[in-house]
Amino acid sequence: MNKTQLPESTGNGFLNNPQNRAIIYQVIALLFVIFLAYYFTNNMFENVEKRGITTGFSFLDDVAGFGISQTLVEYSDATSSYYDVFVIGLLNTLLVSVIGVVFASVLGLLIGVGRLSANYLISRLSLVYIETFRNIPILLQILFWYNVVLASLPSPRQSFSYFDSFFLNNRGLLTPEPIFESGSGFIFTAVILSIVGVFFLARWAKKRHDLSGEEFPIFKVSVAILVLSPVLVYFVTGQPIGAEYPELKGFNFKGGITIIPELLALIFALSIYTATYIAEAVRAGIEAVPPGQKEAAKSLGLKDHVILRKVVLPQALRVIIPPVINQYLNLVKNSSLATAIGYPELVTLFSGTTLNQVGQAIEIILMTMAVYLTISIVISLVLNWVNAKMAIKGR
Amino acid sequence: MKLTKIALLLGISALVPNLANAGTLEEVMKKGTLNCGVSTGIPGFSATDSKGVWKGLDVDLCRAVASAVLGDADKVKYIPLTAKERFTALQSGEVDLLSRTTTWTATRDTSLGLNFAGVNYYDGQGFLVTKKLGVTSAKELDGATFCIQAGTTSELNLTDYFKANSMEYKAVTYDTSGQTIDGFKKGRCDAVTSDASQLYGLRQKMDDPSATIVLPEIISKEPLGPVVRQGDDAWFNIVKWTMFATLEAEELGVTKSNVDAMLKSENPSIKRLLGTSGKAGENLGLKSDWAYKIVKNVGNYGESFDQHVGKDSPLMIDRGLNNLWNKGGLMYSMPVR
Repeated sequence: MNKTQLPESTGNGFLNNPQNRAIIYQVIALLFVIFLAYYFTNNMFENVEKRGITTGFSFLDDVAGFGISQTLVEYSDATSSYYDVFVIGLLNTLLVSVIGVVFASVLGLLIGVGRLSANYLISRLSLVYIETFRNIPILLQILFWYNVVLASLPSPRQSFSYFDSFFLNNRGLLTPEPIFESGSGFIFTAVILSIVGVFFLARWAKKRHDLSGEEFPIFKVSVAILVLSPVLVYFVTGQPIGAEYPELKGFNFKGGITIIPELLALIFALSIYTATYIAEAVRAGIEAVPPGQKEAAKSLGLKDHVILRKVVLPQALRVIIPPVINQYLNLVKNSSLATAIGYPELVTLFSGTTLNQVGQAIEIILMTMAVYLTISIVISLVLNWVNAKMAIKGR
Repeated sequence: MKLTKIALLLGISALVPNLANAGTLEEVMKKGTLNCGVSTGIPGFSATDSKGVWKGLDVDLCRAVASAVLGDADKVKYIPLTAKERFTALQSGEVDLLSRTTTWTATRDTSLGLNFAGVNYYDGQGFLVTKKLGVTSAKELDGATFCIQAGTTSELNLTDYFKANSMEYKAVTYDTSGQTIDGFKKGRCDAVTSDASQLYGLRQKMDDPSATIVLPEIISKEPLGPVVRQGDDAWFNIVKWTMFATLEAEELGVTKSNVDAMLKSENPSIKRLLGTSGKAGENLGLKSDWAYKIVKNVGNYGESFDQHVGKDSPLMIDRGLNNLWNKGGLMYSMPVR
C-alpha cells in the first residue's frame, strides 16, 4: 500500500482517517467470513444431527471388505480397514501423478523444442500433436486410451509373451517380481555409493571446467559407474536377487507384478494431454530468450544442441517454470477422472466406494479435499523454490 | 452502499431456517413434480426406451407415488444416479424418493438417516460368465477377475463368498453398470457379479446374449426396495402404502383395465382400496381415490412385473419369491383397512 496515494484526511474524526477506515473494512470483511464459515458448519452439523446420520471418523477402523485391483502396500479384503483403503488410494494417486509428471515433462520438453525446430516436418508434426491433444477433453482421452488398450490386447490365454517372463494381455502387463535374498543389501549400498560418487564427480568436473575449460565426459563415465558397480557387487555376493515369474494358472496369471491396463491408460492420457500445455510453455520460454543470445553463442562456434542445453534452456526456464507448476497441479487433480475407468485411486476408492459403503459423506469429502490441497501446496512450494533458484540474481 | 446491501441480504438469508427436513409431501405438491432417483440404466428396473421414456419396475414405483400424490403418473422428474451417488442425493434432498435397486441392509437403514419403505423385488447376487470360459459353477471361479459396480453390496458379498470357500479373486470396480458390462465385453474380467435380476438385464446388452450364462449359485439375499429420508413419517407412509396398494390390487384382482368397473364392486376390501369406503386416502393426507389413480395409471404389481421383468419382457424372469404370498412368494400387503 502506498501511503502517499491516500487522500488527505478531511476532518479530525477517527473514521475520517482513510488509513483507519481501510483497516476497519478489512476487519469487518474478516469477521464476516468467519461468521459465514461458522454459520455453514453449524448448519451442516444441525442438519446431519436432525437426519440421524452417524458422524465421526470411527468408521476408519472398520473392516472394508472389498477387493482392490492394485495395491502398493499389503491389503487384505477380509481384514484391512477403511484407513488402509485411504492410504492405498492416496498411494495410487501419487503413483499416477509422479509417473505422469515425469512422462509429461519429458514429452512436453521434446515437443516444445520440436515445435521451434528448423526442420519443417518436425515442427509441423509437433504443432499437429499439440493442437490435436490439447483440444480434446481429457476425460474422452482417458476413455479412448482405455478402450484402445483393452480392445487391442488379447485374453490371458493368448497373451503376447516376451522371453517367457513378460506377458501382455487385457489384464495388464505382467513382469517378473524381484525377490531379495540375504546379501542384496550390499547391492543397495553399492547403488547409493555410486550415486554419491557420481555427484562428487560432477562437482569436480564442473570445477575443472570452470578453471581450465577442459570438458570431461561426465555423462558416459557416470552411466558406467552407476551400472557397473552394482552389477559387479551382484556377482561378487553370489547373485542374491532372484525373480518370481508370472505363470498361467487357471484363468489368470499368478505371481510376478501386474501393471493393470487402467494405470497404463491413465498415464498415457494424462501425460499426452498435459505434455501439450508443457510444450507450449517450453516454446514460450525459448522464444522469450533474446535471439542475440543464440547468435552470440553461435559466433563462439558452439554446436546447436550445446547452445540449446547451456545457453537457451537455462534462461528459458525462468519463463517456463511458473506455467508448468499449474500443469503439474492440473495433472494431479485430473488423475481423479480415473473413476471413469475404474483405476483405484483416492477418489474412486475413498470418496467413491468407501463413501457409499459407510455413507459418511462429510468426513470423507473433507479428507479427500485435504489430500488434494496438501499435494497441490507441496508441488507449488517445491517448484516455487526451484523457480527462486533459477531467477536472475541481482548484483 | 452496495456492500451494506449485500451484507444485509446475506444476513437475512442466514436467519432463514435450515433446509426443510419434514414436509416432503407439501414440497412435492407445491413443485407439482416428484423427483425420483433411478439408476443410470438397468434394463427391467429403470432404463430409457428407444424414445427416451423411462421404463421399468422401479420407474413404475415412481409413477405410482406420483399418481397417488399428484394424480398424474407422468409428473415425475427422473434423476439418474450411480450406486455411489444415490444416498447423498437422497440425504441432501436432491430426490424425494430413491427407487433404484437398493438393497435393504442394517447399516444403510440405521446409520445413513434413511428409511426403507419396503421390498419391491426379492433378489440375490449371482454371476455372469461367457460360455467360452467352460465354467458351470461359481465354485470353479478360483482366481477369476470380476467386473463389479463400485459401492454396492455385491462388492462386499463377493469378498465374503470367496473367503468362505477359500478362493481368491481380483476385482475391477467401475462407476456405472454400463461401464461394468463394457469392461466384461472387452474381456477385462472373466465374470460380472451383481444382483441376478440385473445380470439378466445386462445380458441383453451383450452383442450375443446366448454366448453368456448366469451361473446357478445365488450367494446372498438382496431385498431391493424404495428409500426415503428418515424423520418424515408422513412421506414414509405414503411410499410404503403406495407399494402395498399395488400388491393389494393384484391380490384383489384389480387391474389397469378393470379398475373403472371395480369402482362399482361390492367387495368391501376393494371398496376400501379404491376409496369408495373408508378413509385410507385421507389418513395418508391424500385424496380418497389415491389407490384408484395408482392402478388406473400404472397398474398393479403383477402387471408391472410381467411387463418389465417377467413373462411379457425380454428378461423373462420367473416370479419366484416375488409372487404373492398366497401363490408361493413373499409379496404380502399389509391389509388396507
